[in-house]
Amino acid sequence: MKKIIRQYILENLLFTEDEQALQDSDSFLDSGIIDSTGVMEVILFIEESFDIKVNDDEMLPANLDSVNNLAVFIHRKQAVAA
Amino acid sequence: MCGINGIAALSMQIKISEQDVRSMLPSLHHRGPDDSGVYLDPCQRIGLGHTRLSIIDLAGGAQPMHNEDQTVWVTFNGEIFNYLELRKTLLKAGHRFHSQSDTEVIVHAYEQYGDDFVQHLNGQFAIALWDEGRRRLLLVRDRVGILPLFYTRQGERLLFASEIKALLPQLSEAPRISPVALDQIFTFWAPRSPNTMFEDIFEVSPGHMLVLEDGRLRESTYWDWRFPEQGEYHQGSDTELAEQLYDLLADATSIRLRADVPVGAYLSGGLDSSALVALIRRHSDAPLKTFSIGFEEPSLDESSFQQQMIDHLGVENSRITCSNRDIAEDFPATIFHTETAILRTAPTPMRHLSALVRASGYKVVLTGEGADEALGGYDLFKEAKIRQFWGCQPQSEWRPLLLKTLYPYLETSGSQAKAYLRKYYSIGLDNPDQPGFSHLTRWFTTAQCKVFFSQELGAKLREDAVDRLTGQLPPAFDNWHWFNRAQYLEAKTLMGDYLLCSQGDRMLMSNSVEGRFPFLDHRVIEFANRLNPRLKMRALNEKYLFKQAMKNQLPRQILERHKQPYRAPDIPAFFSAHPPAYVDDLLSEEKLNRYGYFDAKKVGFLLKKARRGSSIAYKDNMALIGVLSTQLCHYFFIEQFSRTIRETGTPHCSLT
Repeated sequence: MKKIIRQYILENLLFTEDEQALQDSDSFLDSGIIDSTGVMEVILFIEESFDIKVNDDEMLPANLDSVNNLAVFIHRKQAVAA
Repeated sequence: MCGINGIAALSMQIKISEQDVRSMLPSLHHRGPDDSGVYLDPCQRIGLGHTRLSIIDLAGGAQPMHNEDQTVWVTFNGEIFNYLELRKTLLKAGHRFHSQSDTEVIVHAYEQYGDDFVQHLNGQFAIALWDEGRRRLLLVRDRVGILPLFYTRQGERLLFASEIKALLPQLSEAPRISPVALDQIFTFWAPRSPNTMFEDIFEVSPGHMLVLEDGRLRESTYWDWRFPEQGEYHQGSDTELAEQLYDLLADATSIRLRADVPVGAYLSGGLDSSALVALIRRHSDAPLKTFSIGFEEPSLDESSFQQQMIDHLGVENSRITCSNRDIAEDFPATIFHTETAILRTAPTPMRHLSALVRASGYKVVLTGEGADEALGGYDLFKEAKIRQFWGCQPQSEWRPLLLKTLYPYLETSGSQAKAYLRKYYSIGLDNPDQPGFSHLTRWFTTAQCKVFFSQELGAKLREDAVDRLTGQLPPAFDNWHWFNRAQYLEAKTLMGDYLLCSQGDRMLMSNSVEGRFPFLDHRVIEFANRLNPRLKMRALNEKYLFKQAMKNQLPRQILERHKQPYRAPDIPAFFSAHPPAYVDDLLSEEKLNRYGYFDAKKVGFLLKKARRGSSIAYKDNMALIGVLSTQLCHYFFIEQFSRTIRETGTPHCSLT
């Protein structure tokens, strides 16, 4: 899963194939990867790719702001759904 | 309006040829389709050219024009709106006129007042004036930059013209795109005056005069936006000041209705254009025709508000709807006329609108541009105000939440948006007194687009565009109120460098239409600059005093309407259907690599995303339009330089 997330972030927000450009723990906000509309792109991506629904009260950096955070969040959502 | 051009010798050995001056005229034909003329001084030190769009004194206004004894010559683009009053004064002082045109007041005013003549002009202008007796050339541009004027040195000659393309036939090789200009475009949306997109080609900055004398160029500032340094704002009640503002606006509008041809107006449905149309109706008996744009995309379309004003004032209106396809197909021609890369497609619909004006038999329109800058209307000023307020209490939880009122997409329920708000909008919050504080969010977001620069281009950039700008601000800047500082930056960067040229003059004149801007009358600006900032924005109510001034003239819905910025579709214009062939061609890996400005791999990922329809972020939209327009500029003015100039003598807007 992390691989899919990483690849998406690299190609669509960093526009590169360079694996070195992103660590799994890098904060998207701190590194300027997303602008004020970028978070909507990330949400659309995970909703479509992992068949989950992100609620308003889940739109938190703790859930969405790094590859690691996203992976943990998605696992939790999928577990609840299953 | 018109096109002007010329060549001046920089040393005694050089003689100017009439043929060379004439070679510049065809590129300016769209600016002046009605007539053209050239003046060469007897010693061949200077040649002046002119293409004319006749608006005042249709029969007697041919240019270049001279004084009584033919020792002062002028080629002039623009309008002097107070020419009747100036003419009266100059007649009294003993000057004799041989025409009724506003151009002639320039030569007599120069004789009367010397270089200070420009202080007496109320208008929009680009002037080249030759003083035969003193062998000096003056190049002057209006106070705020409504009309363009470019120049370059070519060996021992100074070339100047209303558009860059008119300089090209006289250059020995193709111009080069300037890395510094690209850095500025991908930060401020435009090259910073006096820079242009091209190395060694400059513009005369707004409010500046260039004097060529004894082979040397000297530049001076004759006017600039100035604000109180010690709080010496206008005194008086809100009502009194609103009345004074109304009277000034009414006069600024009236003198802009002077013309020997019918005058129309742009009507967007927003407050400014609605107020302008109301002012015209109130102060003129002539039937008024208005022109409006609509969009397919409902979130960008303002038709219902336009209709309200049309019904309210009983004006005749013509309207076009600009489709995605229209924008994609006309974008190359847009860039041929802007002569610079841009980050939005917004100029293209303005070109459609001027085409509608021309097709309706009009060649002059009044527009509401400038009210937001002078009277305090932009959301950016509100953002700055909230960020200032927040900066006083950086730990506050609720102060940044005020930003939600500006940006509805931040409006998610509950408190979770807080963390994101804090991150995006806290840039520079540790020092709200720094010079560019009001604009940092915009500049920072835009500069993210530089990620697409090629390594070669990146390596050429040494100084950051923002540092360069803040290092060039006037000495008094730091003493102004922060709101005035934000106004200054907005007037000088976005308005002067982008709105009035790429989105204004160049889109109007590409269809031979003249725009007139009552809110940019320098008397209005000078009055507004001395208004206390709280009269411009009361709490978060923008253009407060202006609304007070207009409250009896406009319907409530228009006065109280939430401001909608003018926007056109960007990426969707090209990628909601299959894009025109030139897009794939210019954005191909081969062309990107050959031109060398951008990283082809990164642009490839952006294109993939755009084709999928998942580019939502502003920065993706800006980046793609910026890359495409840079490639178009390279294609038109560099790659095609030798072929089109050699074969036809003038640049062409053709993609084959």
